[in-house]
Amino acid sequence: MMTTPLLELKQISVSFEGFLALNDLNLVLNQGDLRAVIGPNGAGKTTFLDVITGKVAPTKGDVIFKEKSLIGQKEFRIARKGIGRKFQSPRIFENLTVQENLALAVSRPKTPLSLLMNSLKVKNLDEIQRLMSIVNLQSKANIRAGALSHGQKQWLEIAMLVGQDPDLLLVDEPVAGLTDEETDLTADLLKSLAGDHTVLVIDHDMEFIRRLDCPVSVLHQGHVLKEGSMSDIQKDPLVIEVYLGKSEEEE
Amino acid sequence: MSIFSTKKSWINLTIWVLLIALIIAAPSVLPVFRLNLLGRYLSLAIVALGVDLIWGFTGMLSLGQGIFFALGGYCAAMFLQLNSAGEFPNGIPEFFGLYGVEKLPFFWEPFKSSIFTLISIWLIPAIIAGLLGYLVFRNRIKGVYFSILTQAALLVFFNFFNGQQKLINGTNGLKTDVTQLFGQMVGSEIMQRWFFWVSAVLVILTWFFARWIVRDRFGNILIGIRDDEARVRFTGYNPVIFKTIIFSIAGGLAGISGALYTVQSGIVSPQFMTVPFSIEMVVWVAVGGRGTLLGAILGAVLINYAKSLVSEALPASWMFIQGGLFILVVTALPEGVLGWIRKDGPKKLLFLLGINKKLETYPSLEVNEQGEVK
Repeated sequence: MMTTPLLELKQISVSFEGFLALNDLNLVLNQGDLRAVIGPNGAGKTTFLDVITGKVAPTKGDVIFKEKSLIGQKEFRIARKGIGRKFQSPRIFENLTVQENLALAVSRPKTPLSLLMNSLKVKNLDEIQRLMSIVNLQSKANIRAGALSHGQKQWLEIAMLVGQDPDLLLVDEPVAGLTDEETDLTADLLKSLAGDHTVLVIDHDMEFIRRLDCPVSVLHQGHVLKEGSMSDIQKDPLVIEVYLGKSEEEE
Repeated sequence: MSIFSTKKSWINLTIWVLLIALIIAAPSVLPVFRLNLLGRYLSLAIVALGVDLIWGFTGMLSLGQGIFFALGGYCAAMFLQLNSAGEFPNGIPEFFGLYGVEKLPFFWEPFKSSIFTLISIWLIPAIIAGLLGYLVFRNRIKGVYFSILTQAALLVFFNFFNGQQKLINGTNGLKTDVTQLFGQMVGSEIMQRWFFWVSAVLVILTWFFARWIVRDRFGNILIGIRDDEARVRFTGYNPVIFKTIIFSIAGGLAGISGALYTVQSGIVSPQFMTVPFSIEMVVWVAVGGRGTLLGAILGAVLINYAKSLVSEALPASWMFIQGGLFILVVTALPEGVLGWIRKDGPKKLLFLLGINKKLETYPSLEVNEQGEVK
């Protein structure tokens, strides 16, 4: 028997005043998958995350998560169902400390009354410590997040994502602006998260994608052009034409 | 971080000691006229705390807090008017006679009860703020649009109250100083001394309440909404609920503040709902220090005290001074006076003036007179 996929995008189209940002996009992710999505600028990568997380309503098509449609749901409800999103530029609460940022991520239930009346459980405090150790921020626990380096902010955001304990992590350009060493560490981190979680990574950085060593979907003009392993993708003449060709020239 | 927080708590402690000393000393030092003014300004500190919660912490600049302030004032004034209406014709407040009204309007009835009044003073403004807020926040109206909308709401309320002579005496407002409470004239010295104490105690209680709200994760979500609302949403929180709650709380605080202010100034009128007054509330918080609760109290009390002193000495110049103060704060001290003090502002000023010498090493290393590290 086939297992049902965790996330399924069915014939998604998004049109912004006539401009088709996504055009008949189909994608399936199974439990525990690690998937990379690449594509040139304007291919619709970010719009595609916007559709899954409820920020943009698709003109056509359906998003099925855990066998239920997400269309028409509010962002915070989708987040509570188990989809975490990391934005392209790090978005953390800069005026809160690292620990406070993570506390908001791990808190449950996420209702005003619970935040006001209950203090964090020991279980949550342990979780915060664990998350900080994963991303190497224990020593920064009480530092204002805005004072972190760019790379540390990226990691804090990833840690917040994991703290939400989502089934699906959507990670948008996690290594933009990171050093090579940080990039490698991030790749290892994401690989270690896959399995327990389903991880979808969007990025430009080919070295990074190669290091993830996972199936890749190439997005072009709002459509999935090709799916396969990195080596398959790199051999594909169509992909080379629209995307890789350029980056090889640059090299 | 621990260094910062201990320094912060020293500053807070100092200000608290001064404030409480002032409150305790005031009744025996100040003549009753000044005491009454101080009492009024302390009651204004309560609405300022509300403004700080919604603006300083949550980033929503409301220019309509006058609505809730005035509603609280009207609730208190209606009760007082009814409480002393016994000897008037038809047993209803005197002003109704001017407009030929013989029967008490229905919504006045419940204000015969002191318990209902004590609850309605904060609950009615809180409910109206909650409803208004929910509709606005649900439609994701924020920033400048939110400010404009609150100001428009203020004008609607102002015009309504201003025009309804037969219901609430229109532009003349409701007087409270000649009404009776506990067998005393509300405007009498003994009552005014009591109102001073009530205001002082309530400011402190409100501070504790506000502190409790912002102290932990609830407050952090408010800050999160101010800094990045989308992130709050994608973390699984519903910002609409949080914003509605805090706006409603600020409305309730404004109501309490308005009631206390009314009984100490002797009248409530639609003047409480004018645009400049609601903007002034924001100025107090901006000058005192946005996001610092103590700053809101200081701003409200000090600016208003300065206002009365300056207005007595140089009438007509206060508006210029207040405007100048606001410009100065926005440009030079964006975090307000208290924020500036907390962020080593005075020390930096001394460097600028060349009085203190800058350290050339890490601040943790001490320097002796010759500029050498000890």
